[in-house]
Amino acid sequence: MTTSTRAESPVAQAEAIASVLTSSSRPRRPNALQTSTIFGWRALLKIKHVPEQLFDVTVFPVMMTLLFTYLFGGAIAGSVTDYIAYIAPGVLVQSVLFITMYTGSTLRTDIDRGVFDRFRSLPIWRPSPLVGMLLGDAVRFLVASLLTAAVCLAIGWRPEGGVLGVAAGIGLLLIFAFSLGWIWTFLSLILRTPGAIMGVAGFTLMPLLFGSNIFVDPATMPGWLQAWVEVNPVSDLVTAVRAFMNGTEVGVEALASLGWSAALVLVFGSLTMWRYRDPR
Amino acid sequence: MSELAIETTGLTKVYGDTRAVDGIDLRIPRGGVHGFLGPNGAGKTTTMRMLATLTRPDGGWAEVLGYDVLRQSDEVRSRVSLTGQFASVDEDLTGAENLRLLARLYGFDGKGARRRAGELLAAFGLDDAADKQVKKYSGGMRRRIDIAASIVVTPEILFLDEPTTGLDPRSRNEVWDIVRAMVAVGTTVLLTTQYLDEADHLADRISVIDHGKVIAEGTSSELKASVGSGSLHVRVMHRADRERARAVLVHQLGVEVSAAHDPHLLVAALEERGRVTRALTALDEAGIELAQFALGQPTLDEVFLALTGHEAEPDEEEGEAA
Ligand SMILES: Nc1ncnc2c1ncn2[C@@H]1O[C@H](COP(=O)(O)OP(=O)(O)O)[C@@H](O)[C@H]1O
Ligand SMILES: [Mg+2]
Repeated sequence: MTTSTRAESPVAQAEAIASVLTSSSRPRRPNALQTSTIFGWRALLKIKHVPEQLFDVTVFPVMMTLLFTYLFGGAIAGSVTDYIAYIAPGVLVQSVLFITMYTGSTLRTDIDRGVFDRFRSLPIWRPSPLVGMLLGDAVRFLVASLLTAAVCLAIGWRPEGGVLGVAAGIGLLLIFAFSLGWIWTFLSLILRTPGAIMGVAGFTLMPLLFGSNIFVDPATMPGWLQAWVEVNPVSDLVTAVRAFMNGTEVGVEALASLGWSAALVLVFGSLTMWRYRDPR
Repeated sequence: MSELAIETTGLTKVYGDTRAVDGIDLRIPRGGVHGFLGPNGAGKTTTMRMLATLTRPDGGWAEVLGYDVLRQSDEVRSRVSLTGQFASVDEDLTGAENLRLLARLYGFDGKGARRRAGELLAAFGLDDAADKQVKKYSGGMRRRIDIAASIVVTPEILFLDEPTTGLDPRSRNEVWDIVRAMVAVGTTVLLTTQYLDEADHLADRISVIDHGKVIAEGTSSELKASVGSGSLHVRVMHRADRERARAVLVHQLGVEVSAAHDPHLLVAALEERGRVTRALTALDEAGIELAQFALGQPTLDEVFLALTGHEAEPDEEEGEAA
């Protein structure tokens, strides 16, 4: 039946098991940062075994960048090269925030398969499996950011902010994406199927992404829409990322983005951990 | 330090209209195997999950090794392990990676984790499969890696939820051997099962659970004794004698005697064993030749039927129909 060579008798096996049970020491308990990092390592191992996971972070951003630049480029700004400086930072934000929602369905799958029960029964800092998962996702988001940036560079984007400015913009974006992830972890603990989670997540993201200043200057929009774009946290993020990358003066929007990030972690992190005690 | 492994009073969990666990009181001593026996949907898993701090009770209280499952859940978690009904390791990772991951989370350093994973894989006969993804394991191998994952650091209590459901007889025997080996070194094992023979073979004590309640408790012999003295099986040599033999038995034993499908067989549930000898003598005096005269303990099946009024072995569809 089994492929392993199990010539041992039950007696020999009993002895082997007794010896592993008695030989086990109990090492010092690792701290919150260590356990979170270990879960981040798990996420990377999963990418190694299931490289298809990188499909969404590679194909999707490239497609979005090309589509939106050429679709709107000619119509709005007259030419792609004029438009690219405006839209590149926005497309970057959009690509990354869009793929954050896969976090929710991945978590749901883990919960349904029972691995999370094992993690929840460990004597460790409670949020670490989720923090580790989001840290692992941050690696995927970084891949997506670099790829999107590369495509933009290839079609003529020359960011004034230079390497440092682009790096700072991506850094801020990753912080925001990590924080937004807590909405999806919460969703995956209250909704039962990956499909439902993707549905609600998509529905939430639409107004955030499209009702923003990613593609067009809000000055061209009707008043009610301008009001929404004004309060939309993604607009602040895009403005700040744009300022970093284009080398213009970074305003309060950067601080606002950090503030929104902290608020998301506080609110949805707490809600997530409250549901995490007893997910169904 | 508490003498008891588990103590609960009025433990309750409600899901909507379902009282999944409906006021369970338990006092389980340390050491040995304690079995939760009951049909599908009885509330075994929910009870075990509450004890392992995975599900929060809606009512009552529970202490594990003297620690409250709600207020001291961390203390509980560092002393118990649970092997769930379904795989509780990451199917995408290899067996070795799963064990290393858990060892790291318990605080082993990289090298220590690798060594611990190696020891466990060897003890559970999984060396050859160490670098294979768990999703490629057979059912029996999966169960073994699941259990290995539960003892990366030796727990004081191991919860096993239906450890042999769906396994072939050989793998089932392997799991039984593993459980016995753990008990031998002092681990308390709490297991759930729908199989009467499993509880009978493995468990020192059994709690019979039905509809979220404990309906009987004790060793398997005690449970059997509680439904009566056992059953008498009589086979007559000549089928023509059966009716006569039945009349004699009814008269002597004072209980119902049923004629089975088998035209030679008579079966009686006994109230008093003392009358059996007289019955045998009476049959002899009546000149009835016997092929078999057997006095048996009731099976756990009979126990379950007597306690609940329904069969213990689940129908395939029962989960849905219930
Ligand atoms: N997460 C849940 N949500 C809703 N109902 C549940 C849930 N878990 C268990 N139940 C219900 O509670 C009852 C007991 O289930 P369970 O503890 O799994 O029984 P067992 O393990 O004995 O088969 C069943 O009727 C089941 O449908
Ligand atoms: Mg169950």
